[in-house]
Amino acid sequence: MEINWRRDIDQVLEDARAQQKPVLLDFSAAPM
Amino acid sequence: MYPDPRVARFITENFIPARVHVREQPADFQRFGDRYQAHWTPTILELGPDGTEQHRVEGFLEAEDLLAQLELGLGHAAFKAKRWADAERHFREVVDRYPESDAAAEALYWAGVSRYRATGDPSALAETAAAFGKQYTDSTWAKKASIWKA
Repeated sequence: MEINWRRDIDQVLEDARAQQKPVLLDFSAAPM
Repeated sequence: MYPDPRVARFITENFIPARVHVREQPADFQRFGDRYQAHWTPTILELGPDGTEQHRVEGFLEAEDLLAQLELGLGHAAFKAKRWADAERHFREVVDRYPESDAAAEALYWAGVSRYRATGDPSALAETAAAFGKQYTDSTWAKKASIWKA
C-alpha cells in the first residue's frame, strides 16, 4: 500500500473541515 | 518508516495525508512551517478537522514507534475533544500493541486520566499508579502518576 500524499495543503485543510477528518501533515526532506 | 505497510495503512485509514517538501515546495514549506512552527524535517503534525495541531512527532522513528506516536496522537485529539472513551481506547491501544515503544508510558498515564474523566471514579487513577509499579517504573510518567497511589 502506498500513501497518496496530497500537496495542495490549502485544499486539504478545506476538505478536512468539510469531511470532519483529521490531517497528517508531513514536513519532509525525503528523496522524492 | 513510510514504506512499512502497517504505517501506510494506518495513515490512509485515519487521516488525509498531506506533505510539504523542503526542496520541492519551498514556498509552501516556508508558509506552513511558519504557520505551524515546523522548521525541521521530518516533522509530522496531526491536525484536527479545523486545522489545529493535535499532536507532533519530530525526528525519525522506526515503524513501531511511529505507529505508537500516531495512535497516541489520536488519543490526545479525542481527549482534547472530551471524547473520554475514545481517548482511553486509543491510549490503551498504544500500551497493548506497542508496549516497548517510547509512547507507551505516556499512553498508560493518559488512559487512566481518560477513564477518570469518563467515570469520576478516583480508583481509575489509583489503578494507574499501581500499574506504574509494575511497568515503566523509571519513566517520567510513573513519577507523575505516583501522587495517585492509594
